[in-house]
Amino acid sequence: MLVQMYNVSKTYLNGVKALNDISLKIDRGEFVFLMGQSGAGKSTLMKLLYREELPTRGQIFIASRSIVRMKTREVPLLRRNIGVVFQDSKLLENKTVFENVAFAMHVVGANRREIRERVEEALGLVGLKDKRDCYPSQLSGGQQQRAGIARAIVNRPLIVLADEPTGNLDADTSWGIMELLSEINKKGTTVIMATHAQDIVKRLGKRVIVLNEGRLVADSMPGESIA
Amino acid sequence: MTLANIRFYCGEAARSLFRNRLLSLATVTTVAACILILGIAVLVVVNAQAVMSSLESNVEIVAFLEKDLPEQQQAAIGKEIGYIAGTKEVTFVSREKALRDLEKRFGQGKYNLRETLGGKNPLPDSYRIKATDPHQVPSLARKVARIPGVYKVRYGQGVVEKLFAATRWVRNLSVVVIVLLACAAVFLIATTIRLTIFSRRKEIYLMKLVGATNWFIRWPLFIEGLLLGLTGSLLAVLALAAGYYYLVNSLTVSIAFIPLVTDTAVMTRLAGGLLAVGGVLGITGTFISANRYLDV
Ligand SMILES: Nc1ncnc2c1ncn2[C@@H]1O[C@H](COP(=O)(O)OP(=O)(O)OP(=O)(O)O)[C@@H](O)[C@H]1O
Ligand SMILES: [Mg+2]
Repeated sequence: MLVQMYNVSKTYLNGVKALNDISLKIDRGEFVFLMGQSGAGKSTLMKLLYREELPTRGQIFIASRSIVRMKTREVPLLRRNIGVVFQDSKLLENKTVFENVAFAMHVVGANRREIRERVEEALGLVGLKDKRDCYPSQLSGGQQQRAGIARAIVNRPLIVLADEPTGNLDADTSWGIMELLSEINKKGTTVIMATHAQDIVKRLGKRVIVLNEGRLVADSMPGESIA
Repeated sequence: MTLANIRFYCGEAARSLFRNRLLSLATVTTVAACILILGIAVLVVVNAQAVMSSLESNVEIVAFLEKDLPEQQQAAIGKEIGYIAGTKEVTFVSREKALRDLEKRFGQGKYNLRETLGGKNPLPDSYRIKATDPHQVPSLARKVARIPGVYKVRYGQGVVEKLFAATRWVRNLSVVVIVLLACAAVFLIATTIRLTIFSRRKEIYLMKLVGATNWFIRWPLFIEGLLLGLTGSLLAVLALAAGYYYLVNSLTVSIAFIPLVTDTAVMTRLAGGLLAVGGVLGITGTFISANRYLDV
């Protein structure tokens, strides 16, 4: 099992109970949708996985290591194995597409040749080779999202966490992003994606986990009907 | 740390300095001003100390001996004084020599001192004593006074204490001024780095997200702080060198008796010291901000 959560609860400092007694397992190579109304706790669950937040109660294991008991200085190593994609792509405005993606590799201390090769490869995969020297403001929303995905996968992580990656995009563009994420998943990367888009979830036919007010209310494999 | 890392850190630092160039400029100017004042203070102190230690080294103790001591006992007293810890030099001055010195000072020929005194020599034999450390003069004098056969000790009581009090005061004051200035510089650099962190918080958040260690984020900040500190102090050292050179030249021409310190070794050490202080201030300032504001 790649991800294991046992009785995880998260109460924020202001008293909001965002997650309530969640237990779930995700296997290597799975593609999982995380659904639920706004405020259901999807983003919180993702933040727990890349340890931006710590759970108030419960245990979380990634690749059999407890990330709750993990020491602060080990967190960078965890995060190098997790690529995160945001709704607003979070690109750095003053860096080109190439530099934005290369940035993630500088951080892990890769050398220049390695960086050039891998960034080119990632940009090729997301279809942005010809935009490598553009700044984020010169890209469309979909292209920005692809650049964000390239940054998330360039270090070849075990898991890609995508928090509403299509939230700002029209249907066609969204579907392009989904095809890209499935392709990444087919190459062996586990993908966990939070979304509101019912049509995409239906069309892709993957495992769906549904949260409601911080509780896990449904976990269905493809083919089963969503409760 | 790899070469690629160092290149990346320096690039990041340079870009950030340029992006916040107005703030960088302000910080460099302030650091330069601080180091400049610090340098002036140090120069004043160095020169004041040179004057003071030349004054201090002239301080000597005169121990007057009782009248009509046998020669043997006089010599024994001289030896005993020489044994006291802290004496550097002991010279015997016979009453004959003392009178001759006095005559010389009054000026021979104008009138005859010996005749005025009625052919008698009222002066006692004495020892002139120099201390290894001028500050030890009062305590040394007290020890000498306790030796049997010594009836009086003089070393310019009062004046010497005042001189020492003045030098101590100058030294303490300059330390206080310098510490205050250094604090101001550290505070300013800390502010600059804090603003840098603030203006780059998205970048720093993303760095952490893709697995940057805290040190990876700190290094460019440290390089930035170091550069700010070094640039500021370099400017100050250049200005100071030019100013002091001008001062020395114009003073030796007009008033030759003010002995300004111009020893190259001292000046090189001072310049190196000021540069180092600039660097240390830069790193200290960064350290304060980097630790407090990096937990994003
Ligand atoms: N940092 C925070 N501090 C306090 N409360 C928070 C914080 N982040 C989220 N919350 C609260 O926790 C609850 C769950 O938020 P979360 O962002 O996980 O929901 P979500 O399912 O991602 O919603 P959406 O679909 O709108 O993105 C909400 O009530 C939210 O107000
Ligand atoms: Mg959310």
